[in-house]
Amino acid sequence: MYDTPKVENDVATTDIKISAHGCQVYYGDTHAIKDVDIDIEDTTVTAFIGPSGCGKSTFLRCLNRMNDTIDVCRVEGDIKIDGEDIYDPKVDPVQLRAKVGMVFQKPNPFPKSIYDNIAYGPRIHGLAKSKSDLDDIVESALRRAAIWDEVKDRLLAPGTGLSGGQQQRLCIARAVATEPEVLLMDEPCSALDPIATAQVEELIDELRGQYSVVIVTHSMQQAARVSQKTAFFHLGNLVEYGDTGQIFTNPQDQRTESYITGRIG
Amino acid sequence: MPVLWLVLIVLVMAVAGYMLGRARALKSAGGDSRDLHSLPSYYGANVTIMTLVPAVGILIVWLLVQPILIDRTISSTVPAEAISDSMTRGLFMSDVRRIADGLDLAVTEGAMGRDEADNIRAEFTDIRDRLGNLGVALGSDVGPEVLRAAQRYRTMSSAGNLLMTLAVLAAAGVGFTISYMATGKNFRARNVVEKVIRYLLIFAATIAILTTIGILLSLVFNTIEFFRLYPAEDFFLGLTWSPSFGGGSELGILPLLWGTLYISIIALLVAVPIGLFAAIFLSEYASSTVRSFAKPMIEVLAGIPTIVYGLFALLTVGPLLMRVFGDDGIGIMQAGTAVMTAGLVMGIMLIPFVSSLSDDIINAVPQSMRDGSLGLGATRSETVKQVVLPAALPGIVGAILLAASRAIGETMIVVLGAGAAARLSMNPFDAMTTVTAKIVSQLTGDADFASPEALVAFALGMTLFVITLGLNVFALYIVRKYREQYE
Ligand SMILES: Nc1ncnc2c1ncn2[C@@H]1O[C@H](COP(=O)(O)OP(=O)(O)OP(=O)(O)O)[C@@H](O)[C@H]1O
Ligand SMILES: [Mg+2]
Repeated sequence: MYDTPKVENDVATTDIKISAHGCQVYYGDTHAIKDVDIDIEDTTVTAFIGPSGCGKSTFLRCLNRMNDTIDVCRVEGDIKIDGEDIYDPKVDPVQLRAKVGMVFQKPNPFPKSIYDNIAYGPRIHGLAKSKSDLDDIVESALRRAAIWDEVKDRLLAPGTGLSGGQQQRLCIARAVATEPEVLLMDEPCSALDPIATAQVEELIDELRGQYSVVIVTHSMQQAARVSQKTAFFHLGNLVEYGDTGQIFTNPQDQRTESYITGRIG
Repeated sequence: MPVLWLVLIVLVMAVAGYMLGRARALKSAGGDSRDLHSLPSYYGANVTIMTLVPAVGILIVWLLVQPILIDRTISSTVPAEAISDSMTRGLFMSDVRRIADGLDLAVTEGAMGRDEADNIRAEFTDIRDRLGNLGVALGSDVGPEVLRAAQRYRTMSSAGNLLMTLAVLAAAGVGFTISYMATGKNFRARNVVEKVIRYLLIFAATIAILTTIGILLSLVFNTIEFFRLYPAEDFFLGLTWSPSFGGGSELGILPLLWGTLYISIIALLVAVPIGLFAAIFLSEYASSTVRSFAKPMIEVLAGIPTIVYGLFALLTVGPLLMRVFGDDGIGIMQAGTAVMTAGLVMGIMLIPFVSSLSDDIINAVPQSMRDGSLGLGATRSETVKQVVLPAALPGIVGAILLAASRAIGETMIVVLGAGAAARLSMNPFDAMTTVTAKIVSQLTGDADFASPEALVAFALGMTLFVITLGLNVFALYIVRKYREQYE
């Protein structure tokens, strides 16, 4: 039972980046994601909205197979990125995650210096040819995440010593530094002030030029500002998915309308 | 009144105090516990504590102090001539106590009347014989001086016991009354109970610390005694260890320290990699079924008594090594007991130690760290190497140093696996021995405790203590240094 309104996604268009069909996720006996079908476009920002506990993070984690690390979690259905089934046994989840970066809901800087936090991904994937190359990557990642000015004098200080909002931006910078094709961001601005939020939104907008970005947010305004597509989740169902403008001005489903106008959630 | 009865009475008072105090508090609030400052049970506990703590405190102190006081008093009234030449004052007093106990027994068994016990005279009766019939064996005939002292001892003891009973009951009664009267709805019983609990905890901590200090002091005094008899530089710098109770011993610690270090290093070389890798496998790679089965299996190793490891070294590992490195093989091993044998077996013993502690520490690293690394496209082993292990490092260093302390202090495996020869050698297939093994051999047998050959055991123990302490301090230093870097 799904009531996804038809969006113009005819099979011929090549700019579908991620497509999920009949996706089910169970945590043990809990059915957390129920039969979700969604096509996420390339070079687009897609926002996931919905009440707390509805499964936004869970679905997001399916897209780079982070759910593999949870013992009790089971994913069914097929999820394709660039037409390739990511749950195929042939697919290496490590490679997949290098391609599909993620910013987690809770900031999780490594207990290393700020510099090493950012350099972690590039080092692992051999993205830098020399030390100065690496320095450049670190600097540009920090700049893009709007935290360079705050940390440029203390790059060797531990990342865990930053404030909550700074840690959040550090994690964004860390994800950006590996140059992923898809960036999944789980509430990346939850601890940020309006100025930093605006800067991160700017970054998201800039990333859209090359990548596909999926962002989970509890702020309707943010979803409306940064995304072109919006998906509304409710109790594990994908209730409605469509152009952001249309979802916010003319929702098809009663539940979407209630949520957006603040009556549920 | 026997102490047991006294304790029971105080306990009954305490229990009654709990109920009465609780009831009184409730009554003062008109039965509505919301009007009370604290929960009703706190009022009960307050009365219990006030009844119990002073009474039991007095009881314990009294029981400790009274015998000492009586001993002193009596001993000071006994003239020096009364003590025969073959005796010291201490032996005399222990006879006195023995006879006093015997007389007590005789009275309770009904073999002697109370008056008779108090007035019996050694001049007219064979006390030794009469007490012997009751099963109290005395080493020699009882002289009049001893008997009179014993009788005085009894009188003073019974007077003391009576006083004690009165004091304890009075303390319990006073505590009970005061706290019961104080109970009312505005009395802050919770704060009192809270404070008492805090003192209780402080008390427990103090006892732990005091015992440590006590042990340490006994070590220190005996060590000083040793250095009075044997020059310190010969002890610390001597290259030979050849104690002989006839005199002319050479007591150099270096061969023993070398043996200890050599064996410990081999043990750690075995235990640390295997234990650590096992821990990483268990916590990062193993499925929960494998884990639930493998972790207890490894921990079983920790439950094996070290003497069994010693047998394993002596009967299995030693001969096995002999076959490869002995005269039939490479020919560098003379006998089954060697540093290598003991080191290998000790390493096996330490594996569960290292793995179990490291496993707990690695598990304590938050999952979000791993998620962060995996989410950037790192493999599991990269995640372990670059994120999990560095985060867990202080704990792991601690675990390793703990294992090192165990290795240094281990005795049984060395006695059975490494031989008894104190030797300075580089060959790991030579027999050597360690500090602990020599402490045992110096103190077993009938050595005179005043000779340097026996007292050297304390100096050895002290040296070990200092080394282990140093290790721990070093561990703390490393941990702290690391913390500064990363937190
Ligand atoms: N590790 C887990 N084990 C068991 N159940 C889980 C686990 N993680 C999430 N769930 C359950 O799955 C459901 C969806 O959780 P999810 O984290 O995806 O919600 P969410 O939409 O991201 O909520 P929020 O906005 O609060 O972050 C919830 O009911 C949650 O209890
Ligand atoms: Mg979430």
